[in-house]
Amino acid sequence: MPIAAFTWTEFAQQLAAGIREGAIYAGLALAIVIIYRSTRVINFAQGEMATFTTFIAWSLMNQGLTFWEAFPIVLAIAFTGGVVIERTLIRPVENAPVLTIVIITVGLALLLNGLMSLIWGGANQQFHGPFSTRTIDVGGVPISVQDIGIVAVSVLLVALLALFFRFTKLGLGMRAAAVNRDSSRLVGVRVSWMFALGWGIATVLGAVAGMMIAPVVFLDPNMMQTILLYAFAAAVLGGLDSPVGAVVGGILLGVTITLLGRYVGFIGSTLKLPAALLLILVLLLVRPGGLFGKVAVRRV
Amino acid sequence: MSLLELRNVEARYGPVKALHGVSLTVGDGELVAVLGANGAGKTTTLRAISGTVRRTGDLVFGGEAIPGRTEATAKAGIAHVPEGRGTFSDLTVWENLRLGAYTRRGGIKDDARRVFGFFPRLEERRHQQAGTLSGGEQQMLALGRAMMARPKLLLLDEPSLGLAPIVVNEIFAALERMKVQDGISVLVVEQNANLVLAHAARAYVLEVGTVVVEGTSDELRANESVRKSYLGY
Repeated sequence: MPIAAFTWTEFAQQLAAGIREGAIYAGLALAIVIIYRSTRVINFAQGEMATFTTFIAWSLMNQGLTFWEAFPIVLAIAFTGGVVIERTLIRPVENAPVLTIVIITVGLALLLNGLMSLIWGGANQQFHGPFSTRTIDVGGVPISVQDIGIVAVSVLLVALLALFFRFTKLGLGMRAAAVNRDSSRLVGVRVSWMFALGWGIATVLGAVAGMMIAPVVFLDPNMMQTILLYAFAAAVLGGLDSPVGAVVGGILLGVTITLLGRYVGFIGSTLKLPAALLLILVLLLVRPGGLFGKVAVRRV
Repeated sequence: MSLLELRNVEARYGPVKALHGVSLTVGDGELVAVLGANGAGKTTTLRAISGTVRRTGDLVFGGEAIPGRTEATAKAGIAHVPEGRGTFSDLTVWENLRLGAYTRRGGIKDDARRVFGFFPRLEERRHQQAGTLSGGEQQMLALGRAMMARPKLLLLDEPSLGLAPIVVNEIFAALERMKVQDGISVLVVEQNANLVLAHAARAYVLEVGTVVVEGTSDELRANESVRKSYLGY
């Protein structure tokens, strides 16, 4: 595939597109990390859960609601759904080996996927997002309002979460439960409920990612599958244990993939995923804990 | 009436029985020691009280049965500083103290000031990751975290373990102050029998999961077999 001449304007546009891609990966990666940190479980249903909630948004909008009217309703449904899933499916096997729980999340992914096809059919649906696709001029570079909006919503969400974890008692309780279950119980933190809350928050993150990306791609039951792979990659890149790492990993991955796909001839759009995974492999060889992975700080 | 009363408490880890009917009491504002060799069931006795091990028997605290869920024992006024101090090493010193007061509202800043009055070094390090503290500082943090809960009963597991004598003295001095000023009752497990008998009013000696000797600290010091086995003279 011949490559058109390099221009800085186009580079800036590609960069913006990469950041937008990255913001989506970051949101989903953050969801993965929040669940992983507390229970060491990788939730393979994260993508399907996101798509499912996006379909709910789509249905609400078909009923005549605007995007921003549907948005808070969907977030509430997502949060409740996440908590209920944890209480009913994960809680009973809380003390089972991690693999058991992982298999349950795989089963959940299949179940949700089937349910979506059953309820909404398998066809691609157009999802009208809140942001226009026209471009505005940012320092001489035309960038689409949609890209800016997606990044802004993601940044806002991550900032709110950071404030929640850092400054509220509940957030502190969740962090405590994630790092030391036994001590948390001894000070009165209801550890099991903290895990359920984690599922609720992770599902909300997925819902936002789904509603943001659906206008860019098409909405169908498999919409999130590739994106989930990138999100896993982003989470691993950041160090699986680190929420900051998930966000940075997501953005880095989005930008890298987009630029590789555009500027390295033989990669194009088909080899983006393997190229990204190869990069991560190399990075993990150098830094096995990922970019922000935990390097234990402990004096003995 | 005693604040804490255990009657015939049994506990097990899977198929292994660790306590074979332990009975003991702790009065209001009393410091009581539990002595015994490794594996005698000292730690398990504390864990039975805070519900971190499966147990049966009568456990009464403040006239009521101790709740089965650990989270609820904390709310009921029992602060357990476990083996290894239970520090949240990834969180800051301040966050550790804040977690101590998790089950209650109000007066948290004042309580923290009191803790810093006891252990000024914690105030200097309040924004530091708790995992980077020295062993002595972590023990102070653990006591401080327990104080933040305003407990009626403090369960302490091996507070002197791995600490320099001067730090141990500091810890026990703080414990005495907490007992006197706040009327907190303390049940402390300790390998260093000489040390703990100097501070405790009464003590129990455990062997293979049962109480074999009990009495005042003076009585235990006078007991020949206790002296030989635990006091070393």
